[in-house]
Amino acid sequence: MKKYDAIVIGAGHNGLSNGAYLAKAGLDVLVLERNSYIGGATVSRELHKDWTYSNCSYVCSLLRPEIVRDLELPRHGLQVVPYGGGVTFMQNGDHFGNYFDHERQHREMARFSKRDANAYERYSADVQKQTRLIRPYLLRRPPDPTSLKLRDLKDLAEFAGSFTALGEEGLADTLKFWTKSVGDYLEEYFETDVIKAHLAGSGIIGTALGVYSPGTAYVLLHHYMGDVDGNVGSWGFARGGMGAVSGSLAKSYQSFGGEIVCDADVERILVKGGRTVGVALKNGDEYHADIVVSNLDPKRTFLDVMDASDLPADVVKKAENFKIRGSSGKLNIALDGLPTFNGIEKGSPLGVGDMHFTDSLERMERAYDDWKAGTWSKDPYLDMLIPSQNDPTLAPPGKHMMTVFVQYAPPKINGGEWTAEDKAGFEKSVLDQIGRYSPDFKDLILHCETRTPAEIEAEVGLTEGNIFQGELTFDQLLFNRPFPGYAQYRGPVQGMYMCGSGTHPGGGVMSAPGANAAREILRDLNQTNTVPEGYADD
Amino acid sequence: MNRKHGDIMMLETPFHSRVAALNEINEWDGWAGYTTPTAYFDVELEYFAVRSTTGVFDLSPMNKYRITGPDAQAYLDRVMTRNISKISVGRVGYSVWCNDAGQVLDDGTIFRLGESDYRLCSYARAMDWLSWCAMGFDVHIDDESDGVAALAVQGPTSCSCLKAMGLNAIEELKPFGLTHFDFEGEDLMVSRTGFTGDLGYELWIAPHKAEALWDKLFAAGKPYMIKPIGSSALNLARIETGFLQAGVDFVSAQDAVRPGRSRSPFELGLGWLVDMNKPVFNGKKALQREQKEGSRYRFVILDVEGNKPAHNSFIFKGKKQVGTVTSAAWCPTAKSNVAFAQLEMPHGQVGDELVAEIYYERELQWTRVLAPCKVIDSAVFNPERRRMTPAPAF
Repeated sequence: MKKYDAIVIGAGHNGLSNGAYLAKAGLDVLVLERNSYIGGATVSRELHKDWTYSNCSYVCSLLRPEIVRDLELPRHGLQVVPYGGGVTFMQNGDHFGNYFDHERQHREMARFSKRDANAYERYSADVQKQTRLIRPYLLRRPPDPTSLKLRDLKDLAEFAGSFTALGEEGLADTLKFWTKSVGDYLEEYFETDVIKAHLAGSGIIGTALGVYSPGTAYVLLHHYMGDVDGNVGSWGFARGGMGAVSGSLAKSYQSFGGEIVCDADVERILVKGGRTVGVALKNGDEYHADIVVSNLDPKRTFLDVMDASDLPADVVKKAENFKIRGSSGKLNIALDGLPTFNGIEKGSPLGVGDMHFTDSLERMERAYDDWKAGTWSKDPYLDMLIPSQNDPTLAPPGKHMMTVFVQYAPPKINGGEWTAEDKAGFEKSVLDQIGRYSPDFKDLILHCETRTPAEIEAEVGLTEGNIFQGELTFDQLLFNRPFPGYAQYRGPVQGMYMCGSGTHPGGGVMSAPGANAAREILRDLNQTNTVPEGYADD
Repeated sequence: MNRKHGDIMMLETPFHSRVAALNEINEWDGWAGYTTPTAYFDVELEYFAVRSTTGVFDLSPMNKYRITGPDAQAYLDRVMTRNISKISVGRVGYSVWCNDAGQVLDDGTIFRLGESDYRLCSYARAMDWLSWCAMGFDVHIDDESDGVAALAVQGPTSCSCLKAMGLNAIEELKPFGLTHFDFEGEDLMVSRTGFTGDLGYELWIAPHKAEALWDKLFAAGKPYMIKPIGSSALNLARIETGFLQAGVDFVSAQDAVRPGRSRSPFELGLGWLVDMNKPVFNGKKALQREQKEGSRYRFVILDVEGNKPAHNSFIFKGKKQVGTVTSAAWCPTAKSNVAFAQLEMPHGQVGDELVAEIYYERELQWTRVLAPCKVIDSAVFNPERRRMTPAPAF
């Protein structure tokens, strides 16, 4: 039987980018995907005739521009179109709008507080300082602080250098960002509830923590460190849905000779004599290679497709204790027309961006309380977009596609599995939330796909439906992601590597873990590196 | 309560109807969210209105903060580097303010309207910092930027224009003085201040009287050749007279993201605004340290050989690059080629001879000039009439 140079498990954005860089270096690579379609959580699916849903991830900013350019993703069909706008609807009938233009943004904030409007400038500068600290490390493996290797020491020295350049204040800010709650952080700048609530959303998305839980300030930063065409913090839509990202990565990968096999559900990573030798599928098929790269999350990798007896006991223990908690669900909705929202004109530029319905940190925290109590939020936080206003490929003319990210939704309901009734209740809480601010919304619904953490886990394979393959808290970042000693993409077994969002620099459609892992694999094979360096921020 | 898209369109100043009617060449720019003209008919002719007759500039978008309360003076003394108690009622003072690291947040003018009543005018927004610093002081800070319309009336005939408008005894107003008149039942405040370095005044009035004020001023000023001017002409005048512009010649420490990009007052040539005899003010400790250990940069005015403005030039000492130009212009009255530069210490002592690397384009061809330049001790335009009281007629 044919032996490959490397097998990558999982055809998500990281698996494909990993495969692409290995194949580009001349390796014979096979990517295995358990679903009948590629993409993992980076997919476009037609679940209602003529409608395309980005039914998992839905917007794009973190995808590394160096990778997009190097793998020629535009030539392979990727176009990322930035969007502005955004709004938080308020219970009193007013709303807070978000504008691209600095002066408009100032004016809108000044409606609520002139001080907040001015403080936003300080906030933006402070956030920028921190994103500038992190961004150079996205397309690098995280340095190991205990290593005496020259490569690690050099990186650590550089990191320490940019740290000290921040000065005492900047350093203090860095620590705050990595340890504080997003609520406490925002309170250092703003006095207006709705402004804080609007900005705080980025701190809890995908995270089983509340706005007052320590560590959520970093999650906010994680959402600010991407860029669209150099505009740091800006977000865009992938034309054709997020499947355009995985589709273009797949085409690029295949252009280097890479192979993809779908409906290939891996049962076991095969280990012989302390080395990986290949994988066995659930259907009994086997594929062989000296290198096996797991794009699965750390729990699925070490507790599911690997045999505990092949692993050091501490890895099994660490995998068991790895924090990867389901916190969110998703509704994808086909609409017969563009809904009307209270207080803004139909087709307002505010409606092109992210729409929210939670106007205070208090309400956000209460929504988290429901999660802790073992149920979905009765007053859920929503990150809702209607991308068909920008992208003509998603719905027939005049019709619309709505994507609704919902928080919070627990992986289990009061300790038990989700029932059909629970799912209906969850769906209703979301539709009611939107309906409170849009009189015609419910009448426009043609089809609604509702995904609780249970469906996300079952279909995509993300443990508990956690979108980041593990929480983005400081104890699980940098040299601790996924575990100390294994943060440089090398697994505990010779020939076994990790390339998923469970590795540095973490979740979001970034492709950086995949590319970084490829760099390390090629290094171990003494092959010429094919992975680009990150662009320097000016 | 549907808010329309138009709600968030650019704002118009209280003078907009008059400004728009006179903007013959339709040159506009945004300033703090307001639609403002860069030029009305010709930048050079507008500039010469300021230098030989009278130019009128709409400065309504300027940020204005009203600071009142029993602790107003103590508060401002804490915030500002200069001694505020030396500004008496009816006087105006120029100052800078710093963060705790002694880095400049902005510069601006402080109008003492009453015993415990001040107005601070600044280019950058300051509500966040001002509110923050107010903790522990019995003061009230009100952002009245939208509540006060303002015109700068600048040039040798400016006093005559105002007299003709009926502002009696305005010629007796001293530089940096302020006074009040009745204007159709509203208070019209006039200060002898400006951003041109010439004889000039600034007029402050409630927005609903703005158009009437403009009309009366332009009618009265007609024999004195009054003209509106845009931001480009004003920029030329301020460079000629050596005035720094926030956001151009320095970055506010609040906005600076990259380490080392902010500047101290000493590094901007504004050390004369720092009163180290004050017991305490924001940034004092850091500034004391800087005095002891030395500054990193020096602000200089350069007299550049030749007639090509040294826009964005690198400045060299021999082969070493020692700084960059922040503002540059050929100055039409002083007939000299001036550049403001930030130089690394110890360069930039008066008389230092340096070289500016200038690029200019003519008909798509770019030419590089290495122009010798010299550090000069003061601005190239500083007329006697700027200081004379009573103010001269022309």
